[in-house]
Amino acid sequence: MSTKIELIKAEFENELALCSDSESVEKIRVAYLGKKGKITELLGELKNVPNEEKKAFGQNVNLLKKFAAEKLGEQVEIIKKAEEEKLINSQEQYDLSLPSGEESGSYHPITLVQREVEEIFASMGFTIEDYVEITDDYHCFEALNIPKHHPARDMQDTYYLDNGQLLKTHTSAAQNAIMKKYGAPLRAIFPGRCFRNESTDACHENTFFQMEGMMIDKDISISNLIYFMKKMLSEVFKQDINVRLRPGFFPFVEPGFELDISCTICGGKGCPSCKNSGWLELCPCGMIHPNVLTAGGIDPEEYTGFAFGLGLTRLAMMRFGVKDIRDLNSGNLKALDQFKHE
Amino acid sequence: MLISMNWIGEFVDLEGLDKESLIKRFTLSTAEVEDIFHMGENLRDVVVGEILTIENHPNSKKLHLLTVDAGDKVYDVVCGAPNVRVGMKIPFVKEGGRVEAGEITTATIAGYVSHGMCCSESELGISADHSGLWELPSDLVNGTDICDVYDIKDIVFEVDNKSLTNRPDLWGHYGIAREIAAIAGRELKPLELLDLSQYDELEPVDIKILDDLCYRYSGIKVKGIKKKVSPVNMRIRLFYCGTRAINLLADLTNYLMLEMGQPMHAFDCAKVNEIRVKRFTSPFTFKTLDDAERNIDENTLMICNDKEPVAVAGIMGGLASEIEDDTDSLLLESANFDAVSIRKSSTRLGLRTDASMRYEKTLDPEMTADAIRRFLKLLKDIDPECQIASRLSDVYNKKYPVINLSFDKKYVDRYTGIDITDERILSTLNALGFKAELTDGVFNVTVPSWRATKDVTIKADIIEEITRIYGYDNFKITTTTSPLYPVLRSNGNYADGFAKDILVEKYKLHEVHSYIWCDAKKYKELNIEIEDNVKLINAMNPDNIVLRNCMIPTLLTFTNENKTYAPDFGIFEIARVVDGKKENGECNERKKLGVVLFSRTKTEKELYFKLRDVVMDLAASIKHVPFTFKNTEVSHNWQHPKNTADILLGGEKIGFINTLHPAVLTKIDKKAAIVACEIDMDAFADTQKAPIKYQEPSKFPGIDIDLSLDVTGGKQFSDIEKTWENKTELLKNVSLIDIYEDGGKKSITVRLSFVSAEKTLSKAEVQDIVDSITADMAKIGVNLKG
Repeated sequence: MSTKIELIKAEFENELALCSDSESVEKIRVAYLGKKGKITELLGELKNVPNEEKKAFGQNVNLLKKFAAEKLGEQVEIIKKAEEEKLINSQEQYDLSLPSGEESGSYHPITLVQREVEEIFASMGFTIEDYVEITDDYHCFEALNIPKHHPARDMQDTYYLDNGQLLKTHTSAAQNAIMKKYGAPLRAIFPGRCFRNESTDACHENTFFQMEGMMIDKDISISNLIYFMKKMLSEVFKQDINVRLRPGFFPFVEPGFELDISCTICGGKGCPSCKNSGWLELCPCGMIHPNVLTAGGIDPEEYTGFAFGLGLTRLAMMRFGVKDIRDLNSGNLKALDQFKHE
Repeated sequence: MLISMNWIGEFVDLEGLDKESLIKRFTLSTAEVEDIFHMGENLRDVVVGEILTIENHPNSKKLHLLTVDAGDKVYDVVCGAPNVRVGMKIPFVKEGGRVEAGEITTATIAGYVSHGMCCSESELGISADHSGLWELPSDLVNGTDICDVYDIKDIVFEVDNKSLTNRPDLWGHYGIAREIAAIAGRELKPLELLDLSQYDELEPVDIKILDDLCYRYSGIKVKGIKKKVSPVNMRIRLFYCGTRAINLLADLTNYLMLEMGQPMHAFDCAKVNEIRVKRFTSPFTFKTLDDAERNIDENTLMICNDKEPVAVAGIMGGLASEIEDDTDSLLLESANFDAVSIRKSSTRLGLRTDASMRYEKTLDPEMTADAIRRFLKLLKDIDPECQIASRLSDVYNKKYPVINLSFDKKYVDRYTGIDITDERILSTLNALGFKAELTDGVFNVTVPSWRATKDVTIKADIIEEITRIYGYDNFKITTTTSPLYPVLRSNGNYADGFAKDILVEKYKLHEVHSYIWCDAKKYKELNIEIEDNVKLINAMNPDNIVLRNCMIPTLLTFTNENKTYAPDFGIFEIARVVDGKKENGECNERKKLGVVLFSRTKTEKELYFKLRDVVMDLAASIKHVPFTFKNTEVSHNWQHPKNTADILLGGEKIGFINTLHPAVLTKIDKKAAIVACEIDMDAFADTQKAPIKYQEPSKFPGIDIDLSLDVTGGKQFSDIEKTWENKTELLKNVSLIDIYEDGGKKSITVRLSFVSAEKTLSKAEVQDIVDSITADMAKIGVNLKG
């Protein structure tokens, strides 16, 4: 009987060697190890084996069974590997350098700059206020210590409306309302769109954005004003900025200043951008005029404060190198689609 | 305004000071200096020369051959000037020397060598006169450097006029000198004036002010004036400061204005005798000095000779009473007028002069008489023979009150945040002409008249005087001691920002900015009607008069302009519109979000639903609430009559969504789909954000029931939806599985998902609910597909 085992083993090995795919391996498994498989049936012959050989025969058949299972397993592995390799070889290597079809949206540059400045001020305890664009003579001028016939009203060519209202010429128009809303102490910024009735060119727009800021408390000083402007502008320009104040006349502040910053292009050495002076005129500011505090319901004997007006449009142009201000309101997506979240 | 440092030097000793850094400090302490010019800096080897001989040039009719004695030697010179004369002294630049235009080299002119050049005034940069050689006085010594003879070398700086609008005292050199003296810590010399008390016995000038717009009018008569031409140094100063020299009397009035800031006018005494200041009751025309006919109305203040107008007060004299080159007697006017009136008249006439520019700053009326005394001092120095022919007549109708201010050191410290000493405060104020004293810890300050017309009125104004001279760059800077409070972001700021993020980052839209008014021209191109609304009354562009009441038309014009940008794109803007007027007549200003989508690859229906989804997302993400939609009548001509729907939030209209009317769509792009929506961001921001209500997920299996429904008669999903809304808490979700359309027939399949938190639902109990729903559906004509 042991010869029969040997024969089946040889037969199995021969047949298995010829297999090249997993299906034929499975056929062989069934043919040898299945319920009616050749090896399985050998066990059925145990009853015909003489008793003294029974033990050895059984062991041998089991050995063969184990051997066949192992061989089958190995063959399955080999074939699986070969098939995977074949599949891999037939597959494409992708070109990631191909241009992306995915579009992206864009923010208006003013939005980007405004968010950034808002964040800086919010971190210093300033509340962010929104204010209307259409206001009246009182808020835009009267409450800001700009009486009728004051030349300042000529300086700002105002758009007047047929219902007697006007388009705000500066964000300062919100000062009075915000003082009345919060009282003192107060830290607030209020970005907004402003309008001036003037002809447009590469440097002038009739519609532009400013951001006004106010800080009012007991003992707010010029020294504090310079400190806050320096800190804030250093954050905005992401470099240590030097500021200098010059006297400037604005009826709603006293003293009033023009604030210059060290030229961001040349660092103050002098270049064409700063007309070789090393300084760029950036924003008007000053200590809030006592009449303006009074009009806002705040006692100027008890409180002082500073205010400043930042040209958001100008800031955006400086930040992104926009040369023609008219691009900003053009709606031209070839210009505007470049502004992503920074 | 141009300021000459030589002139300043007459009033402040500048010896040993670096003038340039002084000028830079002026920018930091007073007003912005725009430019600095070094006059005469280019001149080299320009000396007094004397023409010894003159011969005609053999090869030219215009040229002469001269020999010129220049002190060191005699030069052969070829000269083209018409006014050459033997014995004439002229400025001569030797070969190798320089004039304004550049270096003068030895040159051969029409065959003859020239070793230098005889100069005109213009070549030396001291006037515009290039008609001939500048004839120098005969007593000058040949070879003397011309710059040692006259004040040709000077540093002139230009102050930005805009930075002087609030400083009437700085419109003349003397006021600027006061600032420079204070900055430099030097003394300001008093102006030299002619004492006129000796003439008090003479006849007065007949002056009557008949209008309170004239605050003060001072006048005097002078006769026997012989000199006609101003001294060279005076002419140079006038030229450097931007004024053309004319004749002595005209030059002196200009000189005085540039020196003291007081405009003056010289009438020919033969033509003007009785001064009356008044307005006329009816309009007329008047010829001003510049030979222009001006329309004078009843608001314009006039100076008259009895009844005859002779000058527009504070602006310009009349041609008829002008002083001419042969005038030898004059009536000198130095007056003060209402600033607003002068400014308005000047604007009305379109005539802005050096005088009106100063008057509109509210000049100090105290100046008028001293200006006359100063004028006469200068005139007498130049022409000692002239005689004062009247007493100084002075009608002073409106005086400004004297302003006294008091404050303590604590007040100053509170404003500055630093410690400026008492001595420093006093010395600064006194240097600027304030009378300041410290008594018992209180500063008592009297404001000088030249600062008291409007400029300095309150204590805070004094702070500026102290701090600007102290120098802001000398301030020690510190943060505040005031406490910090938490800052809450407003609902509006949050909603705007979030909406922008969703639209840009998720839906790849582009944010744009536009204008608050309609653009008539662009609207017309697209057949968009401008709807009646609040209007601008002074717009420069007649196309931009009506304020917009809606965001979409502007966005459509942008869409039109960008249609070649990409086959698919979307734009949006959050900005203001004016939705008519409120009850009180004020503009009903609303902040709105406008979105327009453009596509050449999607159908209009696909695009419309995409925009619908975007809008839904905004509500769901920002406020956790649903928007609903309801078809509505169009309210704008560019909206599609069928596909225009209100966007509702809690039943209230908060915006609209629409496709375009074909009349507008075809104007932009026949082949594209365009859809638009607008949302009121003010109302949206005010909406309460729905809180997150967490629900435990059920531990029991649920049952899904699919219903296929025949939908006919224009029924909308929202109609069907009502049949299961609020039916049972067991219905957790309804989803749309399929829409099938075939010709006029439409069917939809919805999946109703039932689940209970307490138990496993039985088919029977779910079926009962479904039956109830389908029964309700049948009532509105929606039946199960059969």
